[in-house]
Amino acid sequence: MATAIEVAEKAERDDIRSRWLLSTPALLIVFVAALGPLLIVVVYSFLTPGNYGDVKWQFSTDAWVSVLFERDVFDDTLSLATAYLSIFWRSVSLSLATTVLTLILGFPTAYFIATRPDHRRDIWLFLITIPFWTNLLIRTFAMQQVLRNDGIINSVLQLLGITDHPVQLMYTNFAVLAGMVYVFLPLMVLPLYASMEKIDFRLVEAGYDLYATRSQVLRRIIVPLVTPGIVAGSILVFIPSLGAYVTPRVLGGGTNLMIGNLIELQFGQGRNWPLGAALSITLMAIVMVALLFYVRNTTRSDGAHG
Amino acid sequence: MANRFDVRRQNGFVSVAMVCFFLLYLPIATLVVYAFNDNDSIVIWKGFSLRWFHIAWNNGLVIEASIRSFQIAAVAAMLATITATMAALATTRTKPYPGLTLKYAFINQPLMVPEIVTAVALLIVFSRIKIWTGYSGLGYLVAAHTAFCIPFAYLPIRARLESMDLALETAAADLYATKWKTFLHVTLPLLWPGILAGLMLAFVVSLDDVVITEFVKSGGQDTLPTYMLGQLRRTVTPEVNAISTAFLMLSIGIVTAFFFISRKRT
Repeated sequence: MATAIEVAEKAERDDIRSRWLLSTPALLIVFVAALGPLLIVVVYSFLTPGNYGDVKWQFSTDAWVSVLFERDVFDDTLSLATAYLSIFWRSVSLSLATTVLTLILGFPTAYFIATRPDHRRDIWLFLITIPFWTNLLIRTFAMQQVLRNDGIINSVLQLLGITDHPVQLMYTNFAVLAGMVYVFLPLMVLPLYASMEKIDFRLVEAGYDLYATRSQVLRRIIVPLVTPGIVAGSILVFIPSLGAYVTPRVLGGGTNLMIGNLIELQFGQGRNWPLGAALSITLMAIVMVALLFYVRNTTRSDGAHG
Repeated sequence: MANRFDVRRQNGFVSVAMVCFFLLYLPIATLVVYAFNDNDSIVIWKGFSLRWFHIAWNNGLVIEASIRSFQIAAVAAMLATITATMAALATTRTKPYPGLTLKYAFINQPLMVPEIVTAVALLIVFSRIKIWTGYSGLGYLVAAHTAFCIPFAYLPIRARLESMDLALETAAADLYATKWKTFLHVTLPLLWPGILAGLMLAFVVSLDDVVITEFVKSGGQDTLPTYMLGQLRRTVTPEVNAISTAFLMLSIGIVTAFFFISRKRT
């Protein structure tokens, strides 16, 4: 009898051991080329900048201090580092604006797709998927051609006689915002669609039977049903917007920086690697807060439904 | 029919959706049209011409960067798919065991960190390794790409595994098939669409990467996207449109294939 239990236990141990062996290569690669380097970034943020980039192995909290404060050259007092804070503020507000705009545009679009007859849904979905899988750089470049002084928008405006000289659209916050909305819209539509697809329209019918208006049905029935999709889509748009690097670089030029570009500058011209490391970790922390918010929200709504 | 009350209708939603689709495709369409422009400008139309495709095709740097992109994407996607398949087999259809959640978090970690942060982290580590070892080949790019491709390969494979019927494998085991034979003749053929989907996702994701490649590459290791990023700083000729159009066609081809594979599955 005891041997039977022993055999079973041994089989289970073997199973777990082989599962660890099987997953080792993937875990190892992720550790070496993604997770491990992140830990080293934490270490670097506490070192002293070297003279020509890189670091000196000397403990220092200067990098962290200068994320928030700037030290006065003359009397050594600290004041808030308005330059960095304004870039953080721009990043967060542009990302929030991107999230809201993609939601406003994406919600009706996802709803439109989800309410098509079955056989036509796939085609509409396919049309959303193509831009999603098109290279981000190409899409940003395409947006650049639309926004240029001699681009489509300005041509149309001049043709209609609204202006007689081109409106400067490129290298503005507007260009960055338009680019990010354009680039991240599919990320909002896809999760929204996934949760709208499951809507039980008998609930909507019941609403109308009880004399609800269309907007009441939308607000009181549809929106609550697709809240998980709204939250997922918002997170999927907000996080990459916050870390955006290519879009602000191509459309925002040198003056409309976001956190991603600020970080790059520390490893390029600025050559303050510890500061770049500290800024990276700050960005990562904001993202983690957003993710935690998401996890808390989903577990709560799961609990409510199940 | 037209007069029947449609419970699914919401006022204005169809118009917004149409505007959305129009806005999604307007920039791409402009880009493609001007690739065929017989002019040096990317905005003033002069006539239809294929000359920019010729110029791009004869541009040694473009071809070199394209080949490099494909090499990296092929190797990284293969490595990512093989390791992700193994990891998926190790993390599905099992009772929770110590370390299982940790594995999930670990494998999906590249998805949760902003790309720029990973890029900077890799720059720090790899630049040091480059000094220590003197090696500055494509290995760094392959390693970096493999790491961020793993979650993309892992997710469809895992989804497929979870929807597969366990009874078939149990039946094979009952008929005295060894574990390896069961895997080869039962699990693998069933899992194949998931693996293929994972491979294609990983390939596209690797091919599209700009940020991590831009930070990790050594001199003269431009991939097509980093080459294009460099070009965007200068006066852009329709050559970039032509390259983009070719790239776009490739992406659409892969997505279409992916679409049909995943459709057959259901």
